[in-house]
Amino acid sequence: MPNALRPTMALALAGASLAGLLAATAPAEAGKIFVTNERDHNMTVLDSESLKVLATVKTGRRPRGLIASPDNKLIYVCASDDNRVEVYDPNDYKLIKTLPSGPDPELFVLHPSGNPLYIANEDDALVTIVDTQSGQVLGEIPVGVEPEGMGISPDGKVLVNTSETTSMAHFIDTSTKQIVENVLVDTRPRVAQFTPDGKFTWVSAEVGGTVSIIENAKHEVVKKLNFEIPGVNAEAIQPVGIRISKDGSTAFVALGPANRVAVVDVKTFEVKKYLLVGQRVWQMAFSPDEKTLYTTNGNSNDVSIIDVESMKVTKSVAVGRGPWGVVAVP
Amino acid sequence: MSAVVADAPLRPHRGVSASGYLVCLGGIVWRESLRFLHQRGRFLSALVRPLVWLFIFAAGFRATLGVSIIPPYETYILYEVYIAPGLMAMIQLFNGLQSSLSMVYDREVGAMRILLVSPYPRWFLLVSKLVAGIAVSLLQVYAFLLVAYFWDVRPDDPMGYLYVLPALILTGFMLGAMGLAMSSVFKQLENFASVMNFVIFPMFFASSALYPLWRVQQSSELLYFICTYNPFTHAVELIRFALYGQLEWTALAVVAGCSAVFLTAAVLAYDPSTGLTARRGGPDAAK
Repeated sequence: MPNALRPTMALALAGASLAGLLAATAPAEAGKIFVTNERDHNMTVLDSESLKVLATVKTGRRPRGLIASPDNKLIYVCASDDNRVEVYDPNDYKLIKTLPSGPDPELFVLHPSGNPLYIANEDDALVTIVDTQSGQVLGEIPVGVEPEGMGISPDGKVLVNTSETTSMAHFIDTSTKQIVENVLVDTRPRVAQFTPDGKFTWVSAEVGGTVSIIENAKHEVVKKLNFEIPGVNAEAIQPVGIRISKDGSTAFVALGPANRVAVVDVKTFEVKKYLLVGQRVWQMAFSPDEKTLYTTNGNSNDVSIIDVESMKVTKSVAVGRGPWGVVAVP
Repeated sequence: MSAVVADAPLRPHRGVSASGYLVCLGGIVWRESLRFLHQRGRFLSALVRPLVWLFIFAAGFRATLGVSIIPPYETYILYEVYIAPGLMAMIQLFNGLQSSLSMVYDREVGAMRILLVSPYPRWFLLVSKLVAGIAVSLLQVYAFLLVAYFWDVRPDDPMGYLYVLPALILTGFMLGAMGLAMSSVFKQLENFASVMNFVIFPMFFASSALYPLWRVQQSSELLYFICTYNPFTHAVELIRFALYGQLEWTALAVVAGCSAVFLTAAVLAYDPSTGLTARRGGPDAAK
């Protein structure tokens, strides 16, 4: 087994002081990373410090979308083939309850208050609204064909759903449950994400290979991001997941079979770097302190860990088959 | 002839101080460095050769091969990152053999005679020559690393540049000693072309420099077997792990063992009483 090489006393001392510094700043308790494995019908729980597998939790069939409640006390999983949302306890990984979701739920989003839950039903061209407390379906909103991406404004007033076949971003007023505007974007929009100031919505187009940035006040696409990676075919660049840091400075866009995550400056729209991760990267999640970003690599069955500050991929960790959704809780 | 041999170990006692050894070592290293720096073409080719591999060859494989995770890597890497340690070892392989070529040149032009009449033991002169070769190879490797840095080929931790230094010294020693041992059997400069064909290329290609061994194993068990027993593979792996702050014990053992064997062979080969130089009609034989 290879051991650490620490050739001189000076280095050892430097290492020791660094270790001391790290120990002083390290959080008291490590967090957890939850990853849904759509082909294994389970969920892998990783320790955020050691990156060891803490548990593998059996879920409903084909688990995909995965989010945590705002207080991090509940984990919501879309069990797509069982047509329901499952709610887990992040401490003992027990199934607390199931919620109705409508058919084939893929992605969902929670209202910033933690209730209700907005679910995209891929097969029925609907967005279903479910009360997380009572489990009641509060309403259904007809949208375009094959709805998937779900984004909600920080104030919870506007919901954006993307429909893959219609290639539209539907802006929905959450109080009236009505579509207020449809914005045409590039082919096969997969994910919608609001900027933290609520002024813009970023929508990724998987087949179009772009990210459209929509100004919410005007419902207009004000900018389209294109991606070019030397040595990678343009067809392989398929943007899906989008994450924007809370300070609104940096966005990360998962580029699917290009096996890269693009790092984008939110102010200048400049792509700063492409980070090599595992195969077919789709979804991503920040750690609670946003120092780390986790990506699910659906074809290489692993999760890549990105150090946000240095913009480097530090490690890739094997999980189950077909990792899809990911969420990190403290 | 035999008198020369008998006298050789005694000479240091006749007014040669320990500092004299240092002067001798310094002189040889200085001469090699000067020779290297004056041969701009050699420096340029030493730098261009690995960069051609890095910029052209690796760029072509970039998308297709950036997929596997093998130690010491902890995540996916680009192909150019994978082959960088192999190219560093390649620089040292070329340098080790070119340095040995200079021994043939020295013998042809008579400079070696000056060296050999110095009052220092033969093994010391050879080791000094090796040290000089290593110093020159380090210069080349770090020049390559500097260019590679701007190509985004760099270790995760900048300390890797320091950790790799002992590994490079050891691999430089092994490849240099191998060159020295081989140079004793060459009579002419022209033989370097055969060295390229029969030593450098087979050693380089049948190693882990360009492809991970698991990939070689998938295509040919025999080639995998050859690669595993190729000392150059272990030189590459020693450098690769060191660059990431890790020590690969097997590689270390193989490189250290091969260094000892090659150096012994070189010392024996250049020893006028046992060596090949005398029998093959070197300048010593003419005395």
